[in-house]
Amino acid sequence: MQGVKEKALELLASGKAQRVLGWKTGEFFYDLTPGVFESAEEVEREFEYGVFAGANLSKYCIAESKKDGVTAVFLKPCDAYSFVQLLKEYKVKREKFYIVGVQCDGMCDMEKIRAAGISGATAVSEDGDTLKISTIYGEETMKKSDALLLKCKTCKSKKLVIFDELLGEQGEDCPESHRFDEVERLERLSPEERFSFWRGELSRCIRCNACRNVCPACTCETCVFDNHNLGTDNKAAASDFEENFFHIIRAFHVTSRCTDCGECSRVCPQHIPLHLLNRKFIKDTNELYGAYQAGADLESRPPLMDFRKDDCEPSVVYERGGAKG
Amino acid sequence: MQKIGVFVCHCGTNIAATVDVETVAKTLGKEPGVVFTTDYPYMCSQTGQQMIQDKIQELGLTGVVICSCSPRMHEQTFRKACHKAGLNDYMVEIANIREQCSWIHKDKQEATEKAVILGRAAIAKVQLNAPLTAGTSPVTKRALVIGGGIAGIQTALDIAEAGFEVDIVEKQPTIGGKMTQIDKTFPTLDCAACILTPKMVDCAQNEKIHIYAYSEVEQVGGFVGNFHVKIRRKARFVNEDVCTGCGACTEKCPQKKVPNAFNLGLDTRRAIYIPFAQAVPKVATIDPDYCNMLKNGKCGVCAKVCTAGAIDYKQKDTTIEREYGAIVAATGFNPIDLSQFDEFAYSKSPDVVSSLEFERLMNAAGPTGGTLLRPSDGTHPKTIVFVQCVGSRCEDAQKGKSYCSKICCMYTAKHAMLCREKYPDTDVYVFYIDVRTPGKNFDEFYRRAVEEYGVHYIKGMVGKVVPENGKLKVQASDLLDNRQLHIDADMVVLAAAIEPDKSARSVATMLTASMDTNDFFTEAHPKLRPVESPTAGVFLSGTCQGPKDIPETVAQASAAAAKVIGLLCKDSLTCNPCVAEPNELMCNGCSNCEKVCPYGAITYIDKEFRGPNRTTLIRRVAQVNPAVCQGCGACTVACMSGAMDLKGFSNKQIMAEVDAICR
Amino acid sequence: MQVTWKPTIVAFCCNWCSYAGADLSGTNRLQYPANVKIIRIPCSCRLNPMFILRAFQKGADGVILCGCHPGDCHYTTGNYYARRRMTLLFSMLDFLGIEKGRTRVEWVSAAEGAKFAATMNEFVKTITELGENRRLEDLRCKE
Repeated sequence: MQGVKEKALELLASGKAQRVLGWKTGEFFYDLTPGVFESAEEVEREFEYGVFAGANLSKYCIAESKKDGVTAVFLKPCDAYSFVQLLKEYKVKREKFYIVGVQCDGMCDMEKIRAAGISGATAVSEDGDTLKISTIYGEETMKKSDALLLKCKTCKSKKLVIFDELLGEQGEDCPESHRFDEVERLERLSPEERFSFWRGELSRCIRCNACRNVCPACTCETCVFDNHNLGTDNKAAASDFEENFFHIIRAFHVTSRCTDCGECSRVCPQHIPLHLLNRKFIKDTNELYGAYQAGADLESRPPLMDFRKDDCEPSVVYERGGAKG
Repeated sequence: MQKIGVFVCHCGTNIAATVDVETVAKTLGKEPGVVFTTDYPYMCSQTGQQMIQDKIQELGLTGVVICSCSPRMHEQTFRKACHKAGLNDYMVEIANIREQCSWIHKDKQEATEKAVILGRAAIAKVQLNAPLTAGTSPVTKRALVIGGGIAGIQTALDIAEAGFEVDIVEKQPTIGGKMTQIDKTFPTLDCAACILTPKMVDCAQNEKIHIYAYSEVEQVGGFVGNFHVKIRRKARFVNEDVCTGCGACTEKCPQKKVPNAFNLGLDTRRAIYIPFAQAVPKVATIDPDYCNMLKNGKCGVCAKVCTAGAIDYKQKDTTIEREYGAIVAATGFNPIDLSQFDEFAYSKSPDVVSSLEFERLMNAAGPTGGTLLRPSDGTHPKTIVFVQCVGSRCEDAQKGKSYCSKICCMYTAKHAMLCREKYPDTDVYVFYIDVRTPGKNFDEFYRRAVEEYGVHYIKGMVGKVVPENGKLKVQASDLLDNRQLHIDADMVVLAAAIEPDKSARSVATMLTASMDTNDFFTEAHPKLRPVESPTAGVFLSGTCQGPKDIPETVAQASAAAAKVIGLLCKDSLTCNPCVAEPNELMCNGCSNCEKVCPYGAITYIDKEFRGPNRTTLIRRVAQVNPAVCQGCGACTVACMSGAMDLKGFSNKQIMAEVDAICR
Repeated sequence: MQVTWKPTIVAFCCNWCSYAGADLSGTNRLQYPANVKIIRIPCSCRLNPMFILRAFQKGADGVILCGCHPGDCHYTTGNYYARRRMTLLFSMLDFLGIEKGRTRVEWVSAAEGAKFAATMNEFVKTITELGENRRLEDLRCKE
């Protein structure tokens, strides 16, 4: 993807934006992290964009929205949904941003590259569908589709729902994303199997709060799990259920607000597939209350803040298909 | 830590027979914070209450738990008793050990254990109780009625009768509404104008009633007892205070080709007009869409003929602002648009008319002077076909309404009967799905139409109406005889479904009053509070709440007035202290709580907060109006951070109860 | 312990319909097991999913919510919101492998004392058959 860095420079030079919210190299070259740039020098020195720019910048807009002047922000399609959702919940101000929509054909996961048996990588670039990997042992290539982040493999939409300017072409929804396949697979299991699956996953949780910190829907001033008035605040995981409690409630709280950006699973150091909880809620909401995509627009009423008089009864959950418990 | 007293009631043997009350009292004495426990045969008796009061004062109790019958029974009693001893009403909790324990269990050990647990839960809750004081808000002793039809008129008259000021806002140039257009009323067949117009005059003459005709509500703020309303008075181009209603202008105006809305376009009027002879206020109005003077400055005839000098071509819309204690929605109805029902040739033939048009054609003050004539050629119709349920009970949501419009069966019977009475040589057919006649003397009325007046009632629907050679070819089915019918009719009358007036939706939005899917206003309770909106201080009168005939409308209008009077009688309103309260420091500003509040009690403001390093930051935070909040708690769950909490049923209190029960 | 085990059941009842329904079943002396403990809330929409999880965490074996019938809510719309919230929550618990039937919603009007008692009898039976809640429990809270 060419032109992102150039666009950042151009926007700063023209005075359209006082600062740019983009990506910079982190600890490692494959570790692009969000960064704010206020001068051309900073951009020249640190701005990076490439196949590892998976980070969703929209949440960082909350902080930038409080600053004076205009911030230029680069949003990929999935990030743009998050931005609209933030706008809908009054967490960002539209006039504070110059949004550059960046079309995206998926971001890569270093672990997938390693899993393909490629080690000692020093740089990665893309050439069409091929990923060129320079390693200390020489040049390697692999198919980009095999190196995609989990969230990108099941991309829901390439449509940019908000932008002032577009880099690349406007895209379409991806109805064939198969993003609910894994949820469906789990639904077909018996409750015992599901329970042991989730116990295996959630018991690895170390309560680092990375999922909460990265989630663009987790925007509370004070998280309910830090709220002393509720008696639900707790510091560390002390038993199996603490994580269940935390993750169920977290997923419930982002229900009908989660845009399915997949950041929770991307950042989880324990590789817990947290996005499956969100997707389960999304799938249920779609099936029971009609298709709904959080962040697709500003007007629609989120399903949890809405009702129909002829909604199904909660017992539908036990009547639906799947193995008996 | 609270100092809690626990009082266990025997309720004679009602509790004591199955629950070992002594053990309960003793066991609960070990709970943290409990400084006194006792059991007594009748806690609710004078002696029992006295005991509680004495202990509060003697031991300085800060919380009281009473293990007794249901709080629905005696919560108020015990709150009052504690109040007298100086303890806040809301520091009292009841553990229901009668209805929900002793009465439903037989095993004494089990019941005693359960009573202890219920007592513990109540103690755990009272530990976290805080004294609550009910706020008060003053009441502005003036009511606003939106809509000046028979519903609004009746409500206003009743409120004024009780001595309160009432304003009627009516968007048309005159009050009176749909009833002014109706010829006769069922089931008595008395003339609508004869019973309505005296009421209109009463309104005009009542010094407590102020009519703002040709006006619309533009903005509503505030809450029960304290509404601020902006009313836009549309320019009539006639000075209302000066115009005498002589009508000279309406005779001299050269612009004669204006469709007469009062007669539903069946004849014409002038550009300056008084809708009908008995209009209230009886003043002229200039129709700006047709007036030559207003359109191109060429005319001025009305100003020349007006001896009172009332014409003012430069008049502008004005806005007035008023305070009200209560608002009544009486926005009424309209027949639906029939253009969707092309199978009945409504837009093709002028002889296919709606029932309301038919009323005008029968009315002595109507376009034909009360003689029933075909609009197309002015001849007497000999065969008339009435079609019922046009757009009512309709499955196609695009076309019609799913509900029954309720009034059509009766007015169609009335029309059919009047036709046969006035013109015995006409053949009258009525096609119906069902004839619905619930109401006093209604079925008798309908049977008279069939039996005495010889109206042909045919169960079945009309499939098609085709205009041909001055006739209307009606194709219909007779479901009882199971045959197709072909009738050559001279006139077809469609009983159009009725729907809420289009303005109702914007009125409801301004009032934060809820509506159903058909845009009828929702009642606070469908059975027990049918004339109140869920929004406190907003009342419902007439068809804006659902289809109604005139007697029902008037009954509901008076009921709404009674509710308004009950409210305005009070000098101040005591609020429910168990209301939602946001913690501003934790509030997210996301508006989720606002979305689920059924009362519109939550608003958002931008508020300045102190930030780090002597900075200030503006944050969007929720505000709950305690006078409007009813304390349901929907918002507390919609709030993710737990910033929104409910007093008296706080998150922590319920959690404490859960913990006490599950431990 | 195992022989005498009886499930702990928390019933959240809305103040206007179901709590009154529970009172009525008492007035009519309709029996249901003593393991059911009722917590009074103003409306079914006051029930935060956290309360349910907390109950399970602290050792409840079953949680039931009772509210006014849809359309009869004292606050007009409360139970409609509660219905959606509970449907989604129950579905999530099912997804996590929690036994079907540990949570339930039943609409009980103030006149339905008999229904309240029958519902509770049935629910206690279901939970007794399901056995102790082990999957949703904070182990720290067990002695």
